[in-house]
Amino acid sequence: MVKCASHLVIGMKGVFKLATQNTNSFSVQKMIQEKKKKKSAGGITEKIMPYILFLTAAVSVLTTIGIVLTLIFETFLFFDAVSIKEFFTAKVWYPFSETNGSFGILPLVMGTLKVTVIAAIVAVPIGLASAIYLSEYATDSARRIIKPILEVLAGIPTIVYGFFALTFVTPILRDIIPSLEIFNALSPGIVIGIMITPMIASLSEDAMTSVPNSMREGALALGATKFEVAIKVVLPAAISGIVASIVLGISRAIGETMIVAVAGGSTPNLEWDITGSIQTMTAYIVQVSQGDVGYGTTIYYSIYAVGMTLFVFTLVMNLLAQYITRRFREEY
Amino acid sequence: METSTAAAKVVNPQEKKIVYKTSDLDLWYGDNQALKKINLDIMENEVTAIIGPSGCGKSTYIKTLNRMIELVPGVRTSGEILYRGKNILDKSYQVEELRTKVGMVFQKPNPFPKSIYENVAYGPKIHGIRDKKILDQIVEKSLRGAAIWDEVKDRLNQNAYGLSGGQQQRLCIARCLAIEPDVILMDEPTSALDPISTLKVEELVQELKKEFSIIIVTHNMQQAARISKKTAFFLNGEVVEFSETNKIFSTPADKRTEDYITGRFG
Ligand SMILES: Nc1ncnc2c1ncn2[C@@H]1O[C@H](COP(=O)(O)OP(=O)(O)O)[C@@H](O)[C@H]1O
Ligand SMILES: [Mg+2]
Repeated sequence: MVKCASHLVIGMKGVFKLATQNTNSFSVQKMIQEKKKKKSAGGITEKIMPYILFLTAAVSVLTTIGIVLTLIFETFLFFDAVSIKEFFTAKVWYPFSETNGSFGILPLVMGTLKVTVIAAIVAVPIGLASAIYLSEYATDSARRIIKPILEVLAGIPTIVYGFFALTFVTPILRDIIPSLEIFNALSPGIVIGIMITPMIASLSEDAMTSVPNSMREGALALGATKFEVAIKVVLPAAISGIVASIVLGISRAIGETMIVAVAGGSTPNLEWDITGSIQTMTAYIVQVSQGDVGYGTTIYYSIYAVGMTLFVFTLVMNLLAQYITRRFREEY
Repeated sequence: METSTAAAKVVNPQEKKIVYKTSDLDLWYGDNQALKKINLDIMENEVTAIIGPSGCGKSTYIKTLNRMIELVPGVRTSGEILYRGKNILDKSYQVEELRTKVGMVFQKPNPFPKSIYENVAYGPKIHGIRDKKILDQIVEKSLRGAAIWDEVKDRLNQNAYGLSGGQQQRLCIARCLAIEPDVILMDEPTSALDPISTLKVEELVQELKKEFSIIIVTHNMQQAARISKKTAFFLNGEVVEFSETNKIFSTPADKRTEDYITGRFG
C-alpha cells in the first residue's frame, strides 16, 4: 500500500516534468492497464463476493423464517390443549391452575392496549411538536446539540425506564391520583411514551427536513406564516415518513417488555381502568419464562401462543403503516 | 405591442404610479456585498425586466422586494425600498402582508405536492377563505388567468406533479394569481422550460400586465426585449443602466450595457 502510494507520487512528479517539457511519452491509459493486470488476481473476489453476500442475506432471512415456523409449530401444540375459541373469547387469563386454568388472551391484549394508547397519547403530540421545532424553527447550532441528545435518549436500556416508572413516576402520580395502585397501567404507559418520543421526533424530523425548501418558499411567498408553512405544507408533504415513525414507535410500545414487567404488575384483567395493576402480553411471557415451568406443559406452550398474537399485532401495524404511507403519500 | 395593451387599459400613462421606489439599497451576505447603492423606480402595470450576467445580484434584488431574502441567514441591508409609499425594509412592516400583495414565481416550478385544485386554493385558504363555492370560482378564474384551465379542468383533483414542467410553472402562476396580488415577481420563470412552454409563459405575461405590475428577472435578452417595457441592467451588484427597453437594446447609454447585449460577455 505504502509502496504503491510512493510509486504514484513519483509517477505524478513524472507527469509534471514531462508536461513542462512538452513531451507526451507518459500514458495514463498504460498505467491503468498495468494496475488492472496486477489486480486481475483480485478478479476472484469479484466472482466470490456475490455468493458471500447472498449467503449472509440468506442466513438472516432463514433465521427469521425459522423463528416464525417455531412460533407457529408451538402455537399449534398449544391449540391441541386449548381451543381457539376459548383463547380468543374467554374473559379470564389464569393459566396457573393444573385442573381448571383459563386461557382467554383478551385480558392480556387489554393490558397491552391500555399501555400502548397511553404511550401514544404522550408520544405522538410531543414527538411531532419536537420534530416541527427542530426542522422548522431551531437554528443549526440548536439542532446540532438536540439531535444527538435525542439519539442518546433512544438508546437508554428499557430496564432503566422501568425503574424510572416504578420509583419516580408512580410516586408522583400517586400524589396526584390517590387511588392509583403501586402497579398500574398509567405510569408505564407514560414512561413508554417518553421512551418512544425521541424516536418519533427524530424520524419525523428527518422526514420533514427532507421536504425541499422550494416548497416552503412557495408558501411563504403567498404570505403564509412560518407555522402555516409547517402545518399545511411541510407536515403533509412529510406525512408518509411521519406515519412510519409513529407506527414504528407504537410497535415498540406494543412489544415493550421491561417497563411493563417492572411497573405494570401481573394482574391480567379486562377492565378499562388504568389505575390498577395489569399484565401485558409481553409481561406474561417474562413472568412464565422466569418461573420453572415444565417443558411440554400447557403453560409452556401458552408463551408461544401469546408470542404469536403479539407477532400478528406488530405485523398488522406494519402492514397498516405501509398501506397508509402509500395511500397518503404526497409525491414530489 | 405596447400600444395595443395601452388601449385595453383604463389607466392613462401619465397617471401611472410608482409601485416600488428603491433608494440607495445596499445588501450584504455576511461580509460579501451583493447589492450596491441600487436606485430604481418601478412603475405599476408594466413589465420591468432585470437582466445581467450570472451572479450580478438579480435574484438577490428581486427577493428583497418581497423580503424572501430574509430566509438567508446573515443578510443585512441598508437603504430604503418603498412599496406603495411604505418602507418594507422597516422591521415593523408585516412581512406576511407584503407577500400577500406581492406574489412570486420561482425559477424552478415549485407546486405543492397536492392536487391541482389545492395548489391554487392554498393561498386563499391560509388567508381565511373557506367557502367551497367561492374557492371553486377563485380556482377556475386563476387557472384561466394563467392560461392553463383548458388543460387541467378535467383533472383538478390529480397531483400537480403529474403535470409537465411548463404546466407546473403556469400552475404556480395561477397559485400566485389566486390571492389577487398587486405585483408579481418572477425570477427566471422560463429558464427551466422548453421553448414552447417558454412562449406560453411569455404570452401569459403580456396578458397579466394589464392587471398586475410585473418584475421579471431573465438572463435571456431576447425575452427581455420581447416582453418588457423597461429594463434594468445589473452588473456586479450595481444598476448600470435603467431605461425603456427599446432604448436599452437600440441605443444603450453605457458601454458595458452595449458589450453585454451584443454578447461580448456574460
Ligand atoms: N445565499 C447566499 N449566501 C451568500 N452569498 C450569496 C447567496 N446567494 C447569492 N449570493 C451571492 O450574491 C451574488 C449575487 O447572487 P444572485 O443574486 O443569486 O445573482 P443572479 O441571480 O444575478 O445570478 C453572487 O455573488 C452570489 O455568490
Ligand atoms: Mg438568479
